[in-house]
Amino acid sequence: MSLESFLHMGGYAFYVWTSYGITSAVLLWNLFAPIVRRKQLLRQLALKQKRAQR
Amino acid sequence: MSIIPAPISRFFHRTASSPHFYALADKFIPWLTVLFLLLLIPGLYGGLVMAPADYQQGDSYRIIYIHVPAAWMSLFIYVLMAVMGGIALIWHMKLAEVMLISSAPIGAGFTFIALVTGSLWGKPMWGTWWVWDARLTSELILLFLYLGVSSLYGAIEDKRSAARAVSILALVGVVNIPIIHYSVEWWNTLHQGPTVSKMDKPSIHISMLIPLLLMAGAFKVYYAIAVLQTAKLELLKREASAQWVKNLLEKKA
Repeated sequence: MSLESFLHMGGYAFYVWTSYGITSAVLLWNLFAPIVRRKQLLRQLALKQKRAQR
Repeated sequence: MSIIPAPISRFFHRTASSPHFYALADKFIPWLTVLFLLLLIPGLYGGLVMAPADYQQGDSYRIIYIHVPAAWMSLFIYVLMAVMGGIALIWHMKLAEVMLISSAPIGAGFTFIALVTGSLWGKPMWGTWWVWDARLTSELILLFLYLGVSSLYGAIEDKRSAARAVSILALVGVVNIPIIHYSVEWWNTLHQGPTVSKMDKPSIHISMLIPLLLMAGAFKVYYAIAVLQTAKLELLKREASAQWVKNLLEKKA
């Protein structure tokens, strides 16, 4: 099977690839948003702790 | 409550203690990530490349490899949330509250995926993006339940009483789950009946079934990873001034 016909999806390329695209976007967001926010929170807390020690 | 023998409940409280859980999550996440990729890559390859096109639907049916696993997860996560809600109400277990609230955005994500991919599949096959039939409508209500859990939790200042309110909502909302599951049998719907769960004679070919099951496994493991990441954040938010968080920060510095 050629790459072209794979991407073409028998004429349903729009429906299939939009489905997979939206799914990837939602799953990646739900995975990485809490990681980024946790890192921010840890930085804030570390800063606060440093200030409190002074 | 003294239904549970003291040593067992002591074990649970130790395992469920926040610093212990936080460290345990860190230990599990790399392994879960490996397992996730081991399921996802052959699942995608099998579904998008190896499996033949459907004799009626052509290649459009390949949406099934995310649509059905996402729909299963949307039900599975809600049931888990109701169980956590029960545990949180009866034993006031903090970790059950944290897991409940951390599951809500992930469940909402899967429900959203099930609805959107269903719509993108329905358009070429049924000729419409949306119908107000029993299956689609009850799944949409599930999305609102997930969003309701998150916003109710966010709206109540005191997190212990917020968790109680959310637990009750999760338990009450669980009546929607059998309605979604049986909707295609109880009502005449545009949505097709179950294809996989008819175990005596599944109406799906093995070359299509295997990638479907691999993707279902991948989504389960994804949920485990994502819920642990979200729970870590939630624990830090709730216990920002606790001693174990201070120790954690010192270890990092």
